[in-house]
Amino acid sequence: MLADKDRIFTNLYGLKDPGLKGARARGDWDGTKAILAKGRDGIIDEMKKSGLRGRGGAGFPTGLKWSFMPKQSDGRPTYLVVNADESEPGTCKDRDILRHDPHKLVEGCLVAGFAMGAIAAFIYVRGEFIREREALQRAVDEAYEAKLIGKNNVHGYDFDIVVHHGAGAYICGEETALIESLEGKKGMPRLKPPFPANVGLYGCPTTVNNVESIAVAPTILRRGGEWFAGLGRPGNTGTKVFCISGHVERPCNVEEEMGLPLKELIEKHAGGVRGGWDNLLAVIPGGSSVPLIPKDICDTVLMDFDSLRDVKSGLGTAAVIVMDKSTDIVRAIARLSYFYKHESCGQCTPCREGTGWMWRVMTRMARGEADVEEIDLLLEVTKQVEGHTICALGDAAAWPIQGLFRHFRGEVERRIMDRKMARARPQAAE
Amino acid sequence: MSARRLAAEQPASFAFTPENLAWAKQQIAKYPAGRQASAIVPIIWRAQEQQGGYVTEPMLRVIGEMLGLSYIRVYEIATFYTMFNLAPVGRHLVQVCTTTPCMLRGSDDVVAACKKMIGPKPHTVYGEGLWSWMEVECLGACVNAPMLQIGSDYYEDLDAASTEKLLADLKSGKAPKPGSQIGRHSSEPRGGPTTLKEVKA
Repeated sequence: MLADKDRIFTNLYGLKDPGLKGARARGDWDGTKAILAKGRDGIIDEMKKSGLRGRGGAGFPTGLKWSFMPKQSDGRPTYLVVNADESEPGTCKDRDILRHDPHKLVEGCLVAGFAMGAIAAFIYVRGEFIREREALQRAVDEAYEAKLIGKNNVHGYDFDIVVHHGAGAYICGEETALIESLEGKKGMPRLKPPFPANVGLYGCPTTVNNVESIAVAPTILRRGGEWFAGLGRPGNTGTKVFCISGHVERPCNVEEEMGLPLKELIEKHAGGVRGGWDNLLAVIPGGSSVPLIPKDICDTVLMDFDSLRDVKSGLGTAAVIVMDKSTDIVRAIARLSYFYKHESCGQCTPCREGTGWMWRVMTRMARGEADVEEIDLLLEVTKQVEGHTICALGDAAAWPIQGLFRHFRGEVERRIMDRKMARARPQAAE
Repeated sequence: MSARRLAAEQPASFAFTPENLAWAKQQIAKYPAGRQASAIVPIIWRAQEQQGGYVTEPMLRVIGEMLGLSYIRVYEIATFYTMFNLAPVGRHLVQVCTTTPCMLRGSDDVVAACKKMIGPKPHTVYGEGLWSWMEVECLGACVNAPMLQIGSDYYEDLDAASTEKLLADLKSGKAPKPGSQIGRHSSEPRGGPTTLKEVKA
């Protein structure tokens, strides 16, 4: 188990003062000027050395992403955009950072913004997180007041931070949809290329990072990339805030080392599966978009990007949704299909039409009102949606269904047969 | 997605209060010159609050003029983002999360409690404007499931009984305590954290 001394979010639960005074006591804003003195390349090299992979779900190396920003300005300003539009079902880690450890994020914005030559950061908080937005705004105001950010600040690098908010659209968690929304438009993803590093917010070079990726940066830079790289496993380094929800005794958020076994994570921190480990049916290990894994895989799988990819799932946002044997697994996945139907932005036909179609078929299958042949038809449609849309929402809608049939096809077939038998029986009795 | 349109009956006019007008100008100033459209979501949100919880056509026209945007650009924002209510809601709008993580932990019971205490149909104002309820998608408090949102606050770790009590308090004018209804501080495991015990500051 990760030692407390290696934990980054030491006020994850908000048991201590989230304000500037408390944050300073926990080591935030300590030697920030010395970090900036490493220079842009020095900071990016250190981030690359840490092996940090983006914490928003895709796991793209953060240092590399920062290095894509233009070294020389062509006259356009450069922006950092922080994605705090946390909406992936199962995920509630950024919420704790925003409300309990906001100075880690504010300091991270300055450091990351400096490393990419940005003049300002825009933090896009989901509309529903009203208290969290207020907490973050308090921290930003404190940082301005103490001249830690803003014009002529003590760090000698002029930098502004703007807290922005949405109004209820999951799709705005997609980076280009978020940029569109920030520009005051509907959150419809843009075609790439051009990538945001060339043409992003207001047509200017922009990097979009998840809250957790930015908030861990100052600690990594203070303690060194090697420290972070020494935790976890090669290619999957460092610590991660896990969210454990669903059928566990004590659901919780917890910061742990990457690559720890799923079973250990659930048993040590969440009090184990309700009714014991053998009562486990399946786990969605990385937020609703990733395929579920059944108990036999959960027995041994490690919680990191590569281990979960190897079992045809993913770490995603590390939101572990646990389902015990009492779960109506088909209904649980059908409910996710409804979520994606609700959240499709409507731009690409395969997603707009496909998510609704998949939801309607899934709803019938949950009740057994389908033909067995329709299973293959449904899987075929998921393949026609996956990879045929501008953004990954189409993929995210397809994967949970594919995961369900990969491991629980028999359960759906049984429901369909049971219903057929029940309807056939009265006639047979004549 | 689904079709979202403004209500058939619309008020004749809308005007910002002086305070909200000043606030809106501050919002616009947060963004670079010429990028005033960026403030559209916060401004509609504030206008919705002023209107008692929903957006109206005259309101969207006023905001369009303020931001130099055509009406359709404001209309498409109001209908795209689902936190903008297009028809009147109760003074207390109870929003129950029913996405899978909440569903697994009993959001069906929370919905049943809303039906029993508030009224059988969602998106319907009961109690002479007192309250209405609706189901919403994941609110991002999954380790405190099931939960609901009223106004700016989250009410977490619910079950049928605690939801009924919460709603009864609301009805009688008592402000329920936000956050966990089973005594958790926030997202730590029930009974106390398993980590961060050695951390002093």
